[in-house]
This record gives sequence, C-alpha cells and structure tokens, in this order.
Amino acid sequence: MEDMKEIILEYVIEEYCDEENDDVTFDTPLISGGIVDSFSMVSLKRFLENKYKISIPDADASPEAFDTVNKIEVLVKRFQ
Amino acid sequence: MAYSDKIKEIYQNQLTGIQEAGLFKQERFIHSSQDAEIEVEFPTGSAPKKVINVCANNYLGLSSHPEVIKAAHEGLDTRGYGMSSVRFICGTQDIHRELENKVSEFLGTEDTILFPSCMDANAGVFEAILTSEDIMISDRLVHASIIDGMRLCAAQHDTFKHSDMAHLEKKLQLHADKRLKVVINDGVYSMDGDTAKLDEMAALCEKYDALLFVDESHSSGFIGKTGRGTHEKCGVMGKIDIITTTFGKALGGASGGCVSGRKEIVEMCRQKARPYLFSNTIAPVVVSGVLRVLDILSQSTERRDKLEENTKFWRKGLTEAGFVLKDGDTPIVPVMLFNAKLAQDFSKDLFDLGIYAIGFFFPVVPQGAARIRTQISAGHEMHHLEKALDAFIQVGKKYDILGKTKQEIIEMYGN
Repeated sequence: MEDMKEIILEYVIEEYCDEENDDVTFDTPLISGGIVDSFSMVSLKRFLENKYKISIPDADASPEAFDTVNKIEVLVKRFQ
Repeated sequence: MAYSDKIKEIYQNQLTGIQEAGLFKQERFIHSSQDAEIEVEFPTGSAPKKVINVCANNYLGLSSHPEVIKAAHEGLDTRGYGMSSVRFICGTQDIHRELENKVSEFLGTEDTILFPSCMDANAGVFEAILTSEDIMISDRLVHASIIDGMRLCAAQHDTFKHSDMAHLEKKLQLHADKRLKVVINDGVYSMDGDTAKLDEMAALCEKYDALLFVDESHSSGFIGKTGRGTHEKCGVMGKIDIITTTFGKALGGASGGCVSGRKEIVEMCRQKARPYLFSNTIAPVVVSGVLRVLDILSQSTERRDKLEENTKFWRKGLTEAGFVLKDGDTPIVPVMLFNAKLAQDFSKDLFDLGIYAIGFFFPVVPQGAARIRTQISAGHEMHHLEKALDAFIQVGKKYDILGKTKQEIIEMYGN
C-alpha cells in the first residue's frame, strides 16, 4: 500500500506544510508535532473519506489515529 | 486540608517544567501611567527606571489623555463605580446603550453589543450564532481568543493557510453543503502586523454565501483613512457581517470589547452569549472614557495621521539600519531575530539603554521566528523614536546582525 501512503503524504505536505516544514515522512508526528492542528484535521478526514469512499466515525478520528501517515493508512484500511 | 503535599508537588513540578523550558512569564511592575515614557521596576525589587515604551497597544496615545481621564471622572461621579448586576437584570445604564450606538456608528454596522472584554466577545459569539450544522473556516494565525471561542462552539471547524485566498476558496467549496459557513480572521495580525485581504474575502463570501467575521482589536481607531478599521482600508465597510473589537488597545486602552455587525446576529448574542449573560459588563467609568475617545476620533484624524507618520519613520529607520522586518504598513513592526535567546538578550540590552521592548519566541510565535515586536504610538514624539532607533542600532551592532539576511542570522545564532 505504498501508493496510499504516498498519496496521503502528498496531501499533508500540500495542505499543511510550508517551505520551513516540508521534510515530512511517513513517521513524522503530525498532530503532536504541531504540523496539523486539531482544527485542521477535518480537511484531512474529508479528503480520506472522499478519496477512499469510506466513512470514518468521529469517535475514531482521534488525534492519535491521525498522528502519522503510517497510522492514517491503518485507519483508512480499517474502514475500507 | 485538601491541598496535600501530593497536590502541591504536582503543581510545583509543572511550574519547574515551565521554567526549565524557558517559558516562565514574569510581570514587570510599572510605577507610572501608561504613556510614551514609563517607569519600570525591573528586575523586581530594583528602583523604577524611566524608559521609552515601544511595546504597548496604546496606538493612539489615548491611555492617559487628559480629556479621557476627565470623562472617566465624570462617569464615576454621575454613574458610580460598579453595576453589581449582569446586563439583563439591572446592569444596563443609559450610557451602555449610548456606547453601543456610538460604536455602531463608528464602525458602520447595524448594531453592537458590549462584552467585558474582546476575549469574552470572541469566546461567546460563535456558540451564540452557530450549531453543529455549520462550519467555521479560520485563518491559521487567528488570535488565541478566537481559537478558544471556536472550541466552545458545536459547529465544525477548518482552517486555511494564512492569507491564502485560493486555499480559502477551496475550503468554501469543500464545505458547500453546510447550513452556515463563517470565514474568520483578524483584521491586523498581532504578531506579524500584516493586514487581512478583506476585500477579496468579502468577494469570496458573497460568491459562496458565507458570513465574514473579523477581529479588529489591532485595527479599530487607526487603520483606514478615518481609523474605522481594516474594512475601511479595504473598501468593504458595510460588508462585514461580524466585527469584534476591544477598547483595551487604541480606544483608550482600559478594558472591554464588543460584537458589532448584523442586527440579528447581535440580538442572538444578547439572547445567548454566555460571557454577556453571566458576567457584569464594562464599568461606567470605562464606558464614559470610551465615549470620549470615540468623540475625539470622530472630530479629527490628527492622532491617526500622526501614528501613520511615526510608523513610516520607524519602519524606514529600521530598514535602512539593516534589520530584517516583517513586511507591512501597520504600527506593529516586528524586528526579526529568529533565535529565542538572542531575542531575550536583545530586549535586555535595549532596556539598559532606556528602551522597553519585549522579545517574543515559541510558543507565542512559531519555532525559529523569535523577534522583538515593536509597537508605535501617536503618543511618541520624534525624539522618542530617534532615541529608540539609536538604541536598536547600537544593540544591533553589538550582535553584528545589521545588514545580515535571515539565513546569516540563523547561521550565527541558530533558530
């Protein structure tokens, strides 16, 4: 599923990073690392739902589950 | 006793952690009234020292204006000291409504409701007017009080990159299915001093049927040709649905704030906003002072014009000296130093030379963006600014940063 991770990573960099923090990897902490604030998670959730035709319940869309691209991939696969 | 050693230790450990992280904040005691020159006790216990203040929100120099003080005395004499009630029981005086009407007139809005502070206005407004069917779309650099207000509200929230109109448009498209959409931003951003693109935002909001919210705390009284705010500067007076602002900065600097805008939205705040419903409003002495401030500003743009001239002199002087500044044309002029320790040392050296300006660093500003934030006032005379500029240049030379680029300063001191 490398493709899925690449797609999510590309979205995260485009949506949340600027020239000073664009060295994000699959393991970079996004929420706890301050790259994605909790208010901005809704875009990411909607992107994943639209892209992979899934529905992620709010209860599962926790900051922990969204904290790295690797974890996001696990979350998406759970609801596919 | 409930306050056991175990509980005490928890707090002591947290405070130690804050200190070790270099984030411990300490107040500095001022022994004079707020003005271009103030007497500061620093470090605590030392004799007060007279310094030029370049870090106050006293943009128009009205904090200690004789006419404002006189009006405040009259308010105290005729309306008393306290209200001892919230607004809807017996805490509304004629002058509270008079101030609401005057603010509406000044800002060019339909109606206004007073709050104990703008922090309270921002904390209360979103919850009062939005539900879980709605979305708040905010600029990523909005003030902390707006973030708190959004947290208290059941509506969903999303953000757009700072001042990026193409990104905002994408978000408006993404959330087209929501009942109400509110675009939320500051008029002037307090840390960077840049101005919101309100004209473009108003056009986008019209296109996508969204409400437009602006916090004008660092704009009211001096931005725009007659000081009405960012909406005047951007040519969109009457097109902003919700304005919040403070009386604690340019408009006398005491306290208090408001929500001003569409009639129905203001009325919803009067019915539902919790900081309005459950705390006393602004004390009569302050209301009387703000009324006089608005009279002064409506009669003449002299103070606002002087502030503009002072700001031009200050920005030009710092730029020519070789400092790295944040772009902009507002009286908030951040001198970029990038390194937190350098910002603190620079501030201390300035103080030794009789200039009071504070270093800002993470988490108040992003990591690697430490700075001295300077704020210019109409209360500054040219000799104040010349002395302050000389001091900045002297300290800049000491650290060898004049004429250096951002990258060069970071290479020298880290970020």
